[in-house]
Amino acid sequence: MDISPVFFYLFAGLAIAFSVLVVLKKSPVASAFCLVVVFFMFAGIYALLDAHLIAAVQVLVYAGAIMVLFVFVIMLLNADSPSFDLGRSHLGLRVGAVAACVVLLGLFVYAFRASPLQVPPGALTAAQIDAAGGNTRVISRLMFSEYILPFELTSVLLLAGIVGAVAIAKRKLGAPEGTA
Amino acid sequence: MSYLPVLILVVIAIALGGAIQILSHVLGPKFPNPMKNSPFECGMPPLGDARHRFSVRFYLVAILFLLFDVEAVFFFPFAVTFREYLGINMFMVLEMAVFVGILLVGYFYVLRKGALEWD
Repeated sequence: MDISPVFFYLFAGLAIAFSVLVVLKKSPVASAFCLVVVFFMFAGIYALLDAHLIAAVQVLVYAGAIMVLFVFVIMLLNADSPSFDLGRSHLGLRVGAVAACVVLLGLFVYAFRASPLQVPPGALTAAQIDAAGGNTRVISRLMFSEYILPFELTSVLLLAGIVGAVAIAKRKLGAPEGTA
Repeated sequence: MSYLPVLILVVIAIALGGAIQILSHVLGPKFPNPMKNSPFECGMPPLGDARHRFSVRFYLVAILFLLFDVEAVFFFPFAVTFREYLGINMFMVLEMAVFVGILLVGYFYVLRKGALEWD
């Protein structure tokens, strides 16, 4: 598991650049699309870490489904209308926001410097994972043997989500509670 | 490096898309007039802004997409190993069939309730 520095800095740099754009863009829709690029860059970094399944989930669920929900909320709120523009914010508010960001950054740097990163040992060593043919295969083998019941229960959980969403959204507005 | 095919794909995709854009910009004849430069939708003058409020009913479609999207995630680990398990027995395929079957119940519930219809 050697991380190529060129690709790491490429992905990380683009992720930071587009994160800044998310904040700076005036139009919420443009911000949302910058966030999609950030998610894709994260997927690239996960792939560099040999977490291929996480990378696929990142693209499929975050860049796909979660972003659809974000864009829908933006469209529902009509956030592009002029009334949404709050104008220039209060000076004290700006100073406070910048100060909070600097304090948070300092806290992060201190926390990561003070405590060396210790990865808890997993059930399998890196050599064992390589021998099995990568992380995704290991997850698959465990999922379809030891953890088969949780896997099947996941489908029940998703079923509950589907039924719940439909039951709440398709309620007859005229009918009294409990009959629809 | 094992990601070389991905890199080649990305480079070809960018090069192809860029080449089509640039070549058509350079080679294409341009005779602009105000009529041609005006935006159009289906031959009609555009009505209002593209960014107006959406009906909240689309939100249900988005949530259902999210749920079935999470289902699709579980096909990745399945696809990686099912071939080698198939050599032993059908257990893995049956388990996947149960998983998909439970979610198909949800799908037919959605269809039956008419959640994807406008009404």
